[in-house]
Amino acid sequence: MSLRDPLATARGLGSAKTGFGHWWAQRVSAVVLALLTPFVVYCLARYGIADYAELKAQFANPLWSAALVLYVLALFWHARLGLQVVVEDYVHHGVFEIVLQVLIKIVFSFAAVAAVIAIVRLASGS
Amino acid sequence: MSAQKRPLSPHLQIYSKQITSVMSILHRITGVILAVGSLGLLWVLVTLSLGEQTFSATQACLSSGLGRLALLAFSACLMYHFFNGIRHLFWDAGKGFAIPDVYRSGYTVIALTVLSTAGIWWLALQGGAA
Repeated sequence: MSLRDPLATARGLGSAKTGFGHWWAQRVSAVVLALLTPFVVYCLARYGIADYAELKAQFANPLWSAALVLYVLALFWHARLGLQVVVEDYVHHGVFEIVLQVLIKIVFSFAAVAAVIAIVRLASGS
Repeated sequence: MSAQKRPLSPHLQIYSKQITSVMSILHRITGVILAVGSLGLLWVLVTLSLGEQTFSATQACLSSGLGRLALLAFSACLMYHFFNGIRHLFWDAGKGFAIPDVYRSGYTVIALTVLSTAGIWWLALQGGAA
């Protein structure tokens, strides 16, 4: 059963406007992270960072690399949405708030792209 | 226009701490720490892709005393946010709102955080990986 007003659905937006999309994206990325975190943590704890060759060899498995790409995308998306809400809730200083919000978007977009490039590079064995 | 200093409600400084409110703010605090720490994961991935020589600096940094302390804090934050996040997903689905359930799930999250963090480090130190 939906609690949304049928008219709001017909108009395409509920009272939360675009807020629902933000909320939902946070949950979807949370589910991806909840599923993949045990796997990533296990691999990091098991193989650690001590052995360069062994760590690099993991990327030869395309499924492993693909899972990691999905993981970093969900991670940086989730982190950016979360930080955005924290800044909205606690930072109430006009210019500073806007600069911080834009900075968060730029930094985490960059992080997502850079992480994917690094993983693809490692997966292709270069 | 100067803002008047009006009292804010709730008066956090006179509130007695409850597991519900403390765990709620801890979810945010660990979230912010993890968001910043996620850039550390990026640093590991990028230096790993740049080759063994670059990565050896990352290894030296992370296996230093301070590096291990940061990893320990990061893993504890991650486990807390992970288990409490699952608790939040159950709430989002409309389950577990009765007060005894909230307390029970709260203590479960704390116990699982301690156990899983200990488990991670047992596994890491077993293989000499950390």
